Amino acid sequence: MNAWSNIKTIAKRELGAYFSSPLAYVFIVIFLLLSGFFTFMVGGFFEIGQASLAHPFFDWHPWFYLFLVPAVGMRLWAEERRVGTIELLLTMPITPWQAIVGKFLASWLFLALALALTFPIVITVNYLGSPDNGVILAAYLGSWLMAGAYLAVSCITSAMTRTQVVSFIVSVVFCLFLILAGFPPVVRLLSGWAQPWLVDTVTSFSVITHFDGFQKGVLDSRDVIFFLSIIVFSLFTTGVILRGHRAG
Amino acid sequence: MIKVQDLVKVFGAKRAVDGVSFSVERGEVLGFLGPNGAGKSTTMRMITGFIPPTAGTVTVGGFDTVENPIPARRLIGYLPENAPAYTDMTVAGFLNFAAEIRGLRGDAKRKAIHRVVEMCFLEPVMHQSVETLSKGYRHRTCFAQSILHDPEVLVLDEPTDGLDPNQKHEVRGLIRRMGASKAIIFSTHILEEVDTVCSRAIIIDRGRIVANGTPEELRRKSESAGAVTLRVSGVNGAALSQRLAQLSTVKRSAILEEDSAGVTARVFPKPAVNAVLARSVAEAVQGWRIEELHTEEGRLDEVFRSITMPETAKMGGEGDRKNPR
Ligand SMILES: Nc1ncnc2c1ncn2[C@@H]1O[C@H](COP(=O)(O)OP(=O)(O)O)[C@@H](O)[C@H]1O
Ligand SMILES: [Mg+2]
Repeated sequence: MNAWSNIKTIAKRELGAYFSSPLAYVFIVIFLLLSGFFTFMVGGFFEIGQASLAHPFFDWHPWFYLFLVPAVGMRLWAEERRVGTIELLLTMPITPWQAIVGKFLASWLFLALALALTFPIVITVNYLGSPDNGVILAAYLGSWLMAGAYLAVSCITSAMTRTQVVSFIVSVVFCLFLILAGFPPVVRLLSGWAQPWLVDTVTSFSVITHFDGFQKGVLDSRDVIFFLSIIVFSLFTTGVILRGHRAG
Repeated sequence: MIKVQDLVKVFGAKRAVDGVSFSVERGEVLGFLGPNGAGKSTTMRMITGFIPPTAGTVTVGGFDTVENPIPARRLIGYLPENAPAYTDMTVAGFLNFAAEIRGLRGDAKRKAIHRVVEMCFLEPVMHQSVETLSKGYRHRTCFAQSILHDPEVLVLDEPTDGLDPNQKHEVRGLIRRMGASKAIIFSTHILEEVDTVCSRAIIIDRGRIVANGTPEELRRKSESAGAVTLRVSGVNGAALSQRLAQLSTVKRSAILEEDSAGVTARVFPKPAVNAVLARSVAEAVQGWRIEELHTEEGRLDEVFRSITMPETAKMGGEGDRKNPR
């Protein structure tokens, strides 16, 4: 299909752009170091004495992503606008959707790669015990979907500005909200004075609430739909913002 | 091929393009002239579909660029102002991307890239990163991208900007040659390009078309068009002026230069007497030694200045908010 081949062409270019700068390698190394450090040192992997990754490893992901994903997404549109290549891209015989989706997919694949490179941790648990690998796989899937949601939010902030740093900061703030809405200390504070329905509404917007099921190995379609709808909504908003700039 | 009708673009309170209509056919090279901020780039961005018009329509090859953008864009090659290109790619990678997004694959893609690399002399920098290219090469890389799919319509925003004189010459030649089979519109503020490249020119000022015609037609609008310049020796300015003032065909005359060797003067005709002015002037100064006598063709820069002067005079503070990126 024509649309799909345009999306592929754009995604290919975007992925190439990641690996033509040292940023991609730096990102992957930082992600792996953080994962290792938090799992084995801070997360108390050895002390827990269980062959499970749920807490020591995946618990940290919403927080790692808070800084790492906006760093991956910040250049997507800000750089196009700063250099002016957006004028080339959006006058090619493609629709803006194809460009938006192509760019998003490239970055999402990049995050998938970073995530996949944490496999030595999985090998380690399997060596030390006999974990439920189905649960681990579900948690990986959830983690990747969550990264996609963060990334789509970063697409919005990247389209809002020509400055990558501004995009980064704004997107960290947005993503922080997505975490805190379901972060246990915040939820406890909130349930102290708010009605239960309000607490539920707020926590239902949180990535933590929806990531929880995946970590337990439960694939709930509502959780999948939650992440996918954040992605779709954010990409749609990105399109609206880009159109707004051009309309002047 | 390109039809622009009553095009308007409003940015906030500013009418950047204010009711522009024109058309460009195959085989034409239309020069788009005007001072900075006149609305040239904005018009071109609406033609290529980068920004939507506030009012009016653009069709390219019969396709409305708002209603039916994709088929319209397939026909267009576009070189945006400042020739942007992906800095993180090599020239080869960039052209490959541009070819693929134009739907070229395999052999067709290889041939197309080979062709533009030759036309734009990019061979030596093919594997260099765009970021490290000199301005001339970066410009030609973006230019190459615009002709990759051999488009029927070319929209070039200041295609010779930032090039050295040799490169300017090359690019002008290229545009002129391609103009034989395409519809080309290009913007410039270099007036000599109008003569060397264009078959027709439009002067735009503050969003409006103020002149539209062949270079000759435009030149004829200049004040000096049809005037006679002469140099005679052995006479003083006052005597010459007096003799010229008696001619019925002369509106006025001006002394351009006077020294011990002689006088240079310019004589402006009354309306509709251009052709005979030179002869009557020659007869009037009989007996003196004529060293030079010719009829002026008119000058484009004069036309340009006289048409757009009110704006250029207060241009100093014109803060250009540009590039809707
Ligand atoms: N995105 C925009 N927002 C606001 N004003 C703009 C924008 N783009 C152009 N303008 C204004 O429109 C006018 C025409 O600009 P432009 O078309 O770039 O002129 P030219 O290319 O002839 O130099 C200028 O005054 C410019 O400041
Ligand atoms: Mg311009």
